[in-house]
Amino acid sequence: MTGTVKDIDGNDWLYSQKVEDHFFSPRNVMREGMSEDEFNGIGEIGSPACGDLMKVWLKIDPKTEKILDFKWKTFGCASAIASTSILSEMAIGKTIDEAAKITPRDIMEELGGLPKRKIHCSVLGDQALRAAIANYRKSK
Amino acid sequence: MIYLDNAATTATDKKVVEAMLPYFSDIYGNPSSLHRLGRKAKAALERSRQVVADFLSCDSREVIFTNGGTESINLAIMGYARKIGKGEIITSQIEHHAVLHSCDQLEKEGFKVTKLPVSSDGLLDLKAFEKALTKDTILVSIMYANNEIGTIQPIKQIAKIIAQFNNKTKANVLFHTDACQATGYLPMNVKNLCVDFLSLNGSKIYGPKGIGALYKREGIEIDPIIFGGGQEMGFRSGTENVAGIVGLAKAIELIDPKEAIKETKLRDYFIKKLLEIDGVVLNGSLKKRLPNNINVSFAAVEGEAVVLRLDKEGIAASTGSACSSKSLTPSHVITALENSPERAHESIRFTIGRKTGKKDIDIALAKTKAIIKSLREISSIESK
Repeated sequence: MTGTVKDIDGNDWLYSQKVEDHFFSPRNVMREGMSEDEFNGIGEIGSPACGDLMKVWLKIDPKTEKILDFKWKTFGCASAIASTSILSEMAIGKTIDEAAKITPRDIMEELGGLPKRKIHCSVLGDQALRAAIANYRKSK
Repeated sequence: MIYLDNAATTATDKKVVEAMLPYFSDIYGNPSSLHRLGRKAKAALERSRQVVADFLSCDSREVIFTNGGTESINLAIMGYARKIGKGEIITSQIEHHAVLHSCDQLEKEGFKVTKLPVSSDGLLDLKAFEKALTKDTILVSIMYANNEIGTIQPIKQIAKIIAQFNNKTKANVLFHTDACQATGYLPMNVKNLCVDFLSLNGSKIYGPKGIGALYKREGIEIDPIIFGGGQEMGFRSGTENVAGIVGLAKAIELIDPKEAIKETKLRDYFIKKLLEIDGVVLNGSLKKRLPNNINVSFAAVEGEAVVLRLDKEGIAASTGSACSSKSLTPSHVITALENSPERAHESIRFTIGRKTGKKDIDIALAKTKAIIKSLREISSIESK
């Protein structure tokens, strides 16, 4: 499924190798048995009816406001899975202010591009991250 | 590759290809030409038309060759409606886009269009249908069998209701059925079915892509939708796709009624095993269903992700999820069943074919189970 097929407008029809890698081996997934209690920022975006529901858990150091851990779960397609997986890697180690500045474009560039019709799927991870940061700030 | 996407398209049978080959570079004449190469092509064209006519139990003058199912459907619906000029077309919410979008176009041209809902089983409610017929109705278009969920509509009963309505009210409502998915599996005698138009397609029955036919009952007048040299009795201009037409006829000759029995057994086994997985629902009626169709929704997993993981494992399937569609809307068919877009996003369709064996299904089952488990582990919603 590597993205060598282009449609008539010159857009990638399929996914890049990086997307494929993160889709088949997603990083930082919230696994069964992990405790939610150690996370202090939780965000949720989307709805199953729209075909996407994204949840993000952040562990933020209250002193430095650095993101120590980022876990996520999604009901979503390959590009939603891959973009959130890569976003988790991008966000860990950043302060919440820095992480909040990550744009869907940044995620897409990191992934080596997405088919045009799939770009909207990469927005959800980013929105869930912001929601989790807002949740942390509110409960502080 | 275990190909379980035969409702999308079938492999062209090698015997079909063999039958077609002479009509590319040897007997390449234009059937309209008077010389011998033209005459030979013309003879092949008319022989093929007779094969299709015999298959449908109609007269060869009632068979119009087109470039596929979509064109046949467009020609029947638009061609007839435009000939009449005004009125209402009744169809269902789960038709193929070729029907729905033809109707949408007619709506823009001033026609009234009624799209009837279906039951949660994907079947047309005959009582509601009977009530929907009005003095303005000119045409009914209901598919023989559905492309996504394989449900078989009661075509003969629908035709009977229309005939009774026509008798009672001195109306002349005509009936078109899209039989693209039904061909090869269900009875195709148009006189028994009592339809006025029937659309079929080569690429779903191990024939080539780019060829189809429309049955139009003798005497019905329609406007063409393609204009030119007046081929196909004036209803479909353009030099005939002789090789394609020969291929379509050969594909029809190769249809084996025993195939439906074999595929039904495999289908039932596949469905039974899939339903043993937690959080799985079957989309569409179990009983009134095409022999090749399996369509289920797996709670909490999105269909495109499943299809791509299956592809990685060498299994070809499809989904009604929005994420795999160009329009980014979920399947209108599965959404219509219980007004549940969520179920459409979670839907996976497997369509078996002539070459599918039990071993293929066992492999597909094992891979599917593992993929569903893995995707549920990362899913943000609970599987019911």
